[in-house]
This record gives sequence, C-alpha cells and structure tokens, in this order.
Amino acid sequence: MDDNGYVRPDLVCPAGTPAALRAAVDAGADAVYCGLQNATNARNFPGLNFTPAELEAAIGYAHVRHAKVLLAVNTFPRAGEFALWRDAVDLGARLGADALIVADLGVADYAAQTYPELRLHLSVQAGASSPEAISFYCEKFGVKRVVLPRILTVSEIASVHRQIPCEIEAFVFGNIGMMAEGRCSLTNYVCGLSTNMDGVCSPAADVRYEEDAERNLTTRLGPFVIDRFTNGESAGYPTICKGRYLCSARAEPYYAFEEPVTLNLSALLPDLMRAGVTALKIEGRQRSRAYVRAVVSAFRNAVDDIMAGRDATLASLIALTEGHRETEGAYRSKTWR
Amino acid sequence: MREIAAEITLGPVLFNWPPDLWRDFYFRIADEAPVKTVYVGEVLCSKRAPLFAEHYQAVAERLRAAGKSIVVSTLSEVTQNLDRKLVESVAASQDYLVEANDASALPQLTGRTHYIGPFMNVYNERSVAVLAQGGACNFCLPVEMPAATISALCRETQYLDATFEVLVFGRMPLALSARCYHARAHGRTKDSCRFVCENDPDGLELRTLSGQPFLTVNGIQTLSYDFLNLIDRVEELRTMGVSRFRLSPHSCDMVRVATAFSGLLDGMITATEAAEALVGLNLPGPCSSGFYDGKAAVSRRLQ
Repeated sequence: MDDNGYVRPDLVCPAGTPAALRAAVDAGADAVYCGLQNATNARNFPGLNFTPAELEAAIGYAHVRHAKVLLAVNTFPRAGEFALWRDAVDLGARLGADALIVADLGVADYAAQTYPELRLHLSVQAGASSPEAISFYCEKFGVKRVVLPRILTVSEIASVHRQIPCEIEAFVFGNIGMMAEGRCSLTNYVCGLSTNMDGVCSPAADVRYEEDAERNLTTRLGPFVIDRFTNGESAGYPTICKGRYLCSARAEPYYAFEEPVTLNLSALLPDLMRAGVTALKIEGRQRSRAYVRAVVSAFRNAVDDIMAGRDATLASLIALTEGHRETEGAYRSKTWR
Repeated sequence: MREIAAEITLGPVLFNWPPDLWRDFYFRIADEAPVKTVYVGEVLCSKRAPLFAEHYQAVAERLRAAGKSIVVSTLSEVTQNLDRKLVESVAASQDYLVEANDASALPQLTGRTHYIGPFMNVYNERSVAVLAQGGACNFCLPVEMPAATISALCRETQYLDATFEVLVFGRMPLALSARCYHARAHGRTKDSCRFVCENDPDGLELRTLSGQPFLTVNGIQTLSYDFLNLIDRVEELRTMGVSRFRLSPHSCDMVRVATAFSGLLDGMITATEAAEALVGLNLPGPCSSGFYDGKAAVSRRLQ
C-alpha cells in the first residue's frame, strides 16, 4: 500500500483471440482472461476464443512478459455433458493457467478436488453479491477471488471487502448487460440458446437489420423488434435488455431496462482502489485488437498515474463507448436502481 | 425408477398483491386447493416483505391446520443489508423447511435439511451432489432447463436421496436485475418506488415497438408474457423421475388450476380432460410449453 491508501490493482484484460491477447499484454495488462472455442465459456461467439494449441502458446507469450492468463470456464454444464467442462479444467491445469474462472458449483467442486493447488476465481456468472454467498464459495472450494456482479455501489463493495476472506475483482469498463449475471434467460427465451448453458447472448444469427424507404432502421432479435432508429441515428446491436418497448405506464416508447451505454468507471478508479478492489476488469472479449490495445493502454496509464499521485485522465475512452455514451451504472449511487 | 409419491406444489407469490388479498388467497388455498406443499415468503424484494408480516401467523396456522407442508423461500438476489437481514431471519427459522434461492442462504442452511429453489443455478449432477452433501434434498430446477436435461439429471442422480421439482404453470421467470423496472416504468427508483408494483397482480406487460406483447416486469424481475403450461407433459416428467410439480400463483382461479393438475396426477382425469379444465381461465397471456422442448420458448405457444 502506498501513502495514498492505494493497493496497486491488477489490470485484468479481455482476450477474445490470440492477437488480442498479445495486444493486451503488450499494452500493459497484468492479466488477461480468455476461453476455449466451445460452450464452456460465457462468450461462446463464432470466430472467438482459443484452441488448446493457441492457449498453450498464449500462456507462454504472457508468462515471458510477466502477465498472468486466467481461463474462463464459467458456464453451467447441462446434466450428462459434464465431460466438456472437465476437459477444459484439465487443460487449464495442464497448460499452467494462473487461475480458472468458474461459476458452476459442480465445475468448482471438480477443480478444487482434482487440482487443489490451482487458483480459482469465482466468475461474475455465479452472481455472488453478498458476503454470505461469497464466503460460501470460499469455504467450499477455496476460491481466492470473486468477480463482483455489476450491481453494487462502491460503498457496498468496500463493505463486502471487509467481510469476505478473498480478493475482489470489479468491472470498470465495457459493455454491460442490465440483468444480474448468470441469472438471465432472455436470449434462450427468444433464440433457444442459453446464456448460462451455451455461453450465448443475443446471437448474431438471430439478428436482423431492416431499413425502410425513409432509411429508418428496425433491429430485431428473432421475431421481436428490439429498437427503431430514425434516419441518421446510430443503431445499437439488438440486445433485449437494451431495447425500447411500450408499456401502459408510459406514453412513449422507452428503454425499459437500460439505454445502450458503456460502463466507464475511470472517474471512480481511486474510490474503487480505496474500496479494496484487487483487480480491475475490462470487458470485451468480442472486441478488436485495436480496441483492446486502446482501452488497456488508457487504463494502464490511469492506474500508474493514480499510484504515482497524479490525476488520471481517461478522456480518450469516450470515443470507444457504445453510441459514445457512458454510465457509471450501479457503482456511483443507489438511485441507479 | 425410484418410487416417490408425486405431488402438486404451490410456489411463492411472486407479485405484490394487497396484503389482505394475499392472506385471503392463502386461506382459500388452505381450505380448497389439493396441494400438499405450499411455499411462502418474499423472493424478489426485501422492501415488500414487511407488508405481509401482519398476516404470516394467520396464514401459517390456516395452512397447517389444513395439513399443508409449509416451506419458506428466501430472497433470490441479495445485495443490500436489508436483503441480508431478511435472508438471515428466514434461514434461521427452526419451525419451517427453507428453500434457498441464492447462495447467501447456504452458510446458514448447510448441515440441516433444506430445499434448493429455481433461482439457484443447478444444471448438472455434480452441482446436485455438492448441495446434497450440505443437506439439500429437493431441487426446483431452473425454468430454462429442457426435458432432455431434466431427464439426464434425474438419471445421473439416482444414487442420491434427492427429489426434483419442475415449474409447470405460470409466467416464466426470465431474469433478475438490481434495478427495479416497475419503478423505472413509472419514472421512480427502487428507493422511491412507493410500491407502484402493487397495481399489477400478474406483472406489467411490455410490448415491442410493433405492438407485439413480449415480456412482463415485476419489480427487479422480468418474466415471460406467455404462461407456461406443461399439463400435457406431467406424465412424461413423472416417468423421468420428477416428483413435484410447481404452480406459480397468479390472479386467475388457482384452486381450479390445482384441481386440474392434481386430478391428472392422481389418475382421476386424463391429460386431455385436465387441459380442457384449464380452458377459460382468462389468463392475461397465451399458454406455452416454454423451454421444455429445447427450442426458443416464444415459438412454443400452445393453440
């Protein structure tokens, strides 16, 4: 801890591809997180993720540069299909991943029983938001770090920190869904693929963009209209929790859950670091190498500035936010709720 | 297959009904509904819980006198201190079985017999085994679990002394959030909600911009617009090893719903007769077989 009361946090960065992983490490990531090319991770999107050989090479690349690799095995196996998740845990252990990020009770149990020396992080998908829930996972499986759901305020995070026996990782930047992680079946309801079991959210194959003669754009997911944009308005990706809907309590269509915005906690970084957050997490395994490089560099500089007692400037990040709009989500104040 | 007596159960009321209506609902269930197990307790909003406190005693006594087993369900999402206190007080109860809907309740429940609710992510045999070790004996499965997975789970856990419960009637719980969408719809926040959710006994409907009914909002919860109705799948579920069939309370005639399901389970009426008995309930949405067939649930509307 330095004179300002800050503990130097790890910057945990997304790696959807080997190229993004190298970009993140080169830009100053302390750790990168990634997943395999199957349903064992919560970003099971076409064109993303790692083959076993790519994972092995990536771990080598990161370790030489003193960066850690965290393997996300953070979906929930269907009954009778546990072998795929077991194989993912085995692979992570064999290749020397620095930690596994797990959500399922069974996967956590398998990893803890089989590889007691392997570090376990509790995924945000486990939805553990109270000291009691987090402590349950710590005692049961020896979890060393919890990734907190994006539903707590900074002061609540500080309070949780004082009451749990493990480290805290918190999201600071990126795309945020409005639903509590690991507790949303909206995609499955509309598309027939489960976020929890298949690692899928608003799959591209079910997305439609329809433009009319006046160049108004309608976005759909499956059979449902998610939003409409008038000529010139920038159209967001049709995610159910960021759509506009009608309801009897409103005269006009409204964003029933949340507007399409990007989480940006750069202004709250000092508060988060004082709250006892050990690791700052950047979302975006589906993002390009250039995006990853820009965001990681900006946060690397910001964290270093704060540790050195300088003001951190992260103004350049606004260009990378969704629709160029940002939010501090639940973190700043309870009025978000 | 294990021989376990099958039964119809009544899940907790998910909506914010006026307290007197809530009490009268349970009185009528006690007096008239052919269900053995009744779940009570606020599972969505710790602000709502005190509204019903004055009636808990009377409801519990009436249900007990009618021979019903009472299980108290815990809060499904626990963030604030008020939430934690509610979970702690419910889990501390020595008089009732407790159903955990979030891991927050587990430290207190471990070591004694308890149930696992549908808001816990239990999808596979190893998760069941982990929780069974801690004393969990009944598992109400996540609503999105398809038949093939339910069947596999029952098969793979036969060596355990666990029973399985499946939601078979009611709007399907789809998501939880920290934000109250009822308050948001009315331009308020969770702290300043003034209990605006009390006006929607079956939830507040959301339609798409093309006017298509889509979802239902209930405080921090999002549900389907459609009503799950698996009455024609009960026998199949029974064969798989599911022994409890949960009805989720709505403003429709739940005694009639329970009577139809119970008659089917007891072999008094056929599945076709049971389905016919549910026609004319005036549900505020179409019926659906939900996630049962492993397809997009919205394409599974029943004609």
